Amino acid sequence: MRLNCPHCGPRDRREFYYYGAAAYLDRPSPDAPAQAWDDYLHNRDNPAGMTQDLWYHEQGCTAWLKVTRNTVTHEIIAVDAVATPKASGGMA
Amino acid sequence: MRIDGKGRIDRTRPLTFAFDGVSYPAYKGDTLASALMANDVRVVGRSFKYHRPRGILTAGSEEPGALVEIMGPANQTPNTRATVQEVFEGLTARSQNRWPSLRWDLLGINDLASPFLSAGFYYKTFMWPRAFWEKIYEPLIRRAAGLGSLSGRHDEGTYEKAYAFCDLLIVGAGPTGLIAALAAGRSGADVILAEDAAEMGGRLLSDEGQIDGAPAQEWLASVLAELALMPNVRLMPRTAVTGAYDDGTYGALERVGLHRRPRPNLPRECFWRITARRTILATGALERPIAFADNDRPGIMMASAMASYLNRYGVSPGRKVTFFANNDSARATARSFVAAGLSVAAIIDSRPDAPDEGDIPVHKGAVVIGTKGRHGLQEITLRTGSGEVRLETDALGMAGGWNPSLHLTCHMNGRPRWSAELAAFVPSPGAVPGLVAAGAANGTFSTHGCLAAGLAAAQEVLTDLGHKAAPVDLPQAENAPYTISPLWAVPGKGRAWLDFANDVTTKDVALSAQEGFSSVEHMKRYTTQGMAPDQGKSSNVAALAVLADATGRGIPETGTTTFRPPFVPVSIAAMGAGARAEGFAPQRFMTSDQASRDRGAPMIEAGLWYRPSYFPKPGETTWREACDREVAMVRNSVGISDVSTLGKIDLQGRDAGRFLDFVYTNTFSTLPVGRVRYGVMLREDGHVLDDGTTARLGENHWLMTTTTAAAGLVMRHLDFVHQAFCADWDVRFISVTEHWAQFAVAGPKARDLLTSALGAAPGLPFMGVRAATIQGVAGRVFRISFSGEEGYEVAVPARYGEALFRDLTARAETMGGGLYGMEALNVLRIEKGFITHAEIHGRTTAFDIGMEKMVSAKKDCIGKAAASRPGMIGAARAQLVGLKPLTDSPLTAGAHLFTQSADVKRETDQGYVTSVGYSPTLASWLALAFLHDGRARHGETIRLVDHLRKVDVLCTVTDPVFHDPMGEKLRA
Amino acid sequence: MRYSGLKVITEGLFGNKGWKPAWRTPDPKPEYDAIIIGGGGHGLSTAYYLAKNHGFTNIAVLEKGYLGSGNIGRNTTIVRANYFLPGNSEFYSHSLKLWEGLEADLNYNVMHSQRGLINLFHSDGQRDAFARRGNSMINQGDDAILLDREGVREHLPYLDFEQTRFPIYGGLLHPRGGTARHDAVAWGYARAADRRGVDLIQNCEVTGIDVENGVVRGVQTTRGSIRAKKVAIVVAGRSSQVAAMAGMRLPIESHVLQAFVTEGLKPVINHVVSFGMGHFYISQSDKGGLVFGGDIDFYASYASRGNLPMVEHVMEAGMTLMPMIGRARVLRSWGGIMDMTPDGSPIIDRTDISGLFIDCGWNYGGFKAVPASGWCMAHLMATGESHPVAEKFKLNRFATGHILDEEGTGSQHNLH
Repeated sequence: MRLNCPHCGPRDRREFYYYGAAAYLDRPSPDAPAQAWDDYLHNRDNPAGMTQDLWYHEQGCTAWLKVTRNTVTHEIIAVDAVATPKASGGMA
Repeated sequence: MRIDGKGRIDRTRPLTFAFDGVSYPAYKGDTLASALMANDVRVVGRSFKYHRPRGILTAGSEEPGALVEIMGPANQTPNTRATVQEVFEGLTARSQNRWPSLRWDLLGINDLASPFLSAGFYYKTFMWPRAFWEKIYEPLIRRAAGLGSLSGRHDEGTYEKAYAFCDLLIVGAGPTGLIAALAAGRSGADVILAEDAAEMGGRLLSDEGQIDGAPAQEWLASVLAELALMPNVRLMPRTAVTGAYDDGTYGALERVGLHRRPRPNLPRECFWRITARRTILATGALERPIAFADNDRPGIMMASAMASYLNRYGVSPGRKVTFFANNDSARATARSFVAAGLSVAAIIDSRPDAPDEGDIPVHKGAVVIGTKGRHGLQEITLRTGSGEVRLETDALGMAGGWNPSLHLTCHMNGRPRWSAELAAFVPSPGAVPGLVAAGAANGTFSTHGCLAAGLAAAQEVLTDLGHKAAPVDLPQAENAPYTISPLWAVPGKGRAWLDFANDVTTKDVALSAQEGFSSVEHMKRYTTQGMAPDQGKSSNVAALAVLADATGRGIPETGTTTFRPPFVPVSIAAMGAGARAEGFAPQRFMTSDQASRDRGAPMIEAGLWYRPSYFPKPGETTWREACDREVAMVRNSVGISDVSTLGKIDLQGRDAGRFLDFVYTNTFSTLPVGRVRYGVMLREDGHVLDDGTTARLGENHWLMTTTTAAAGLVMRHLDFVHQAFCADWDVRFISVTEHWAQFAVAGPKARDLLTSALGAAPGLPFMGVRAATIQGVAGRVFRISFSGEEGYEVAVPARYGEALFRDLTARAETMGGGLYGMEALNVLRIEKGFITHAEIHGRTTAFDIGMEKMVSAKKDCIGKAAASRPGMIGAARAQLVGLKPLTDSPLTAGAHLFTQSADVKRETDQGYVTSVGYSPTLASWLALAFLHDGRARHGETIRLVDHLRKVDVLCTVTDPVFHDPMGEKLRA
Repeated sequence: MRYSGLKVITEGLFGNKGWKPAWRTPDPKPEYDAIIIGGGGHGLSTAYYLAKNHGFTNIAVLEKGYLGSGNIGRNTTIVRANYFLPGNSEFYSHSLKLWEGLEADLNYNVMHSQRGLINLFHSDGQRDAFARRGNSMINQGDDAILLDREGVREHLPYLDFEQTRFPIYGGLLHPRGGTARHDAVAWGYARAADRRGVDLIQNCEVTGIDVENGVVRGVQTTRGSIRAKKVAIVVAGRSSQVAAMAGMRLPIESHVLQAFVTEGLKPVINHVVSFGMGHFYISQSDKGGLVFGGDIDFYASYASRGNLPMVEHVMEAGMTLMPMIGRARVLRSWGGIMDMTPDGSPIIDRTDISGLFIDCGWNYGGFKAVPASGWCMAHLMATGESHPVAEKFKLNRFATGHILDEEGTGSQHNLH
């Protein structure tokens, strides 16, 4: 399995750490109801098919990546940085 | 027997090998199988279940029967295919799964008991009396089962792993793969041509065909010569591609040294990870047997294997050979045998309209219904249109048709397609992205068809890859159509083998269907068909055809079991190469490592790091003596300890303080420059992630310290929080763990020592930090303590670490102090009630460790919301306490706590002990523990029970801080 | 037909013609008292105990493929009761007791073999953690023995005690731990359930769950709609998809766990052994293959196949721990789909829909749980109340914070 890191190019899966669904990006507000936090932390669509999840290029550029891929075929459609240069305000 | 004038073996290089203690001659180029055949050794192994004599069935890695042990200097290698193992001078092989000898195997008795050993019989018996299973039945079964044996000694062989990358991986170097490699090589593509066999050429090595009017082997030689000269083509013989994985990754096993005499440092095998942009699967096809009564005798083999033995190795399995076919593919082999001067007694062809074959008698519409010959074939019985005929023969070639070697196309869950025309499964296009099957692997069986398919596949791939395809002429070769009339099993009495290795017969498959195990997966699992070392390479299709017949379904409806990696079995040592001994994980050494070892400190693993356990002095005989001394030294004088393994993260930017506020439960942004604060970090699920101190070095410059264990975890966490939630904040950070060496200087004389080392008093308040020049080197001094004494930590760039460590040690020793190790460090922190990951083990909350007040009410932080769930707080949770035994008794971590009056059982369990140590300071054993509602129970007497270590002690529950509870020494 | 040694002999004498199908192949009826979706180990045992313990006579098990086609036939066959958190301890303890009587109960030899399980540890900290575990096991009434290095050497002399990266400090021996023949467990329960009248319906995929006003009414299948008073979802590996048919979103992420078997070998490993510094566990089957595995591949997947990095990691762990297995050849690798929960513990509970129950979230460890899972699920379906040994396996425990996290790795699904 190989991921095409937007900063480093195609790299072996060994360089990456997998975290979980991209839903981890949608952190509820501190005062959100308990149900929202339960959903955020635990409940998952867990699709058999296309999904988006989070990977960390731990042994590379240390970017967190949002990967669009298929959980049935393992086909990888897109790999995007979680922190876009615009949002990061000057991050390389 | 050896046949003069035939084969590619090098008759100028005679060799000697041994099998079961007998020495035999062979030639360079022989496999063990061909060499045994040359010496008329017919029985090579024993089958799995009935211990029937097994000869040689094939000439390749698909061999189910001729499995032997190859003896090495220290270990034997079991289950080695005699058909793959090349003979070298001194090769020593041993038969397996037999006792006392291959010829007279006691468990051959199983064969007589076969009516009672039908498929799945063991599920129906051995149940009574119950205790007999583990004591009697199972040991007997285990001893009878298995094939070869391991020596039980460490495998000291050398193995390697390697990576390779290419534009085009071609799997198989037969006509298809060779012409594809030629086309791709000439076009400049980066090509790897991998071939399972020792020699490249595939069927061209075994058949006496022609290409462009000349012997095919001439074409082969010229192509190989051209490929060998191309720098962009890597030829990898003896390399089996074992698995297809995602994104063009393949596993491959190269037999580097298995064909040579063992010598030190010669790798036995190399496991390759090949990343290919495109792949051509040119693995050819495997011939399949026909099931008929007693078709498993030595001497009965694949017709194509007979061609290989004759034309490639110059040996014949018999003197009077016969063939049993349902298609034309054995005809050329029969002609070869006649041409070599051997007698071909008959061709039995199940097709009523089969063609004639010159002078060779052809029994048309006939089948073999029985065989004789206890240790090797002597006679067969045919059923022809005119009755039964007996024929004397000592070798029978089975030609049941061909199965494309499509195994790799199944590795990513691709399902092959049934071709009624070929009576075989063929690969489904696109089953492995980037891989195209061509030639016989794709159901094209003529040589000409393979060459054309290989060329076309290469041209397609090259275009895909953006290469301009260089011209390659398509040579002319045999182009006969493939006509087959399926014949899977000859009906009749007796046992007809499908799976020669696992002893699965047509009766077993029928019984499986009779008992309702009629799904192909149920049949496989119930009969064990296809689960032997050959993974059903020669039996799967026939078995499911028999099952289809038994269940009244067609083959496509019956479906097939799937092939999974590896294509050929791969040694654990090859895939695990490099992990022996220290190789399993990286080793991290502190700058003081050598200095500590010089002092005799036992170094223990702390994650990937090595840290000194204690520093023994002359006369000390136990670690406890050293530990007690080191603890007292720190409490009374001064101790030095290397704490560089703690994670260090340098944070900078205007929003760094805000960022720290977000990741720590407590507030950091208010911390003045030059000060240090202790902080607790939660996971988003509300449990404690880590703790440590963070120093404010400048207005926008911070240095965070993590625990050794969680350094990587915290870095990843910070990166996530930053990039996911506040990427627009002005904060940047990087791990500087390895950039700085850092030493704790602790004890009442710490300040004096620092004064001498720095040339001036450290001048720091408790939890202060400043830049300092340490003997000319720019560094930092922190006033922090993990021991409870007045303590400092001195940090210098790592390259000065060892020098500073030795300097500090020398200064300490002149003051009556010295080094202390992990054991003392642990006792010191327990005395002080400081926690480590023994306490924050991933299930504890800030509430549990009495730090809920550190969760700021004024701000959000990671984990705050989840930490407020009802189950995360309250008296029902176990809380951190100290324990002190009422008597002078050792305590053990891992013990559980009970009230004095309660029965000791799960239902009354009150908690557990996390850390213990003997405190020389308090002259008592001490423990940290988690106790239900513990903070409300200080002063209570509790019973500590450790069944495993036979400890049962009454303790007083105390505050976890045993020593200097007011922190007067810290702040002195 | 009752199985016995005598029966094997008499059938053998008469050409094995008399063996009857192990189970019937009924067509689905229009209505059942209880439908169990999923013909794997847990579903089959649920059906069996519903019939046996609770007198249900009108039950169907609906299986989209063949019986036992999921993880029951893909695991490394380890049976143990060595958990330490209350909630887990009593459940797995109960399961092990059921295992110990399973052959007699089912009249099927599932080859449950209590060969002993040894968890190795490699530091003082790990030793203490295993001591806590072992003491929990004994407090629960199960067995555990703490071995020091020499004690381990007596049992496992072939380990590398001298050169290994992480030296062996000792091990926790669980004498009653062991293995069983995985397929036989499915078949044994299937046959025993069938004998009690349970309809086992293969090649019948559930495509919808009918719910009216918050009450379950039945299911839609590829073989028509079937009404039912009670429906259980017991489909680990596909839990999220089936639960979604009832509008539920589960605390589960699916991951692939690979496993490996070598060619047959004469007996060389007699215990179940696990390594403490890299997830690696191994035993030798009665057939002679070394059966072993490691961690999941660590990415969400339904592919039931994995990739090389974890394959190699597992082999490397094997080589550093017991280099004598180096020359054993891996014959086959495969993958199963694991329901990974946020705390590594399973779910056996009611749902918000009346009459709909769920059993899922078995993470790495579903095989050993098969008997107790069925036992407790049947109890729940029959009585409406959680069985006492499974009462902590609530669906809402994540919302309330009553976590059962043996690994201590937190709510990240793939870390358990």
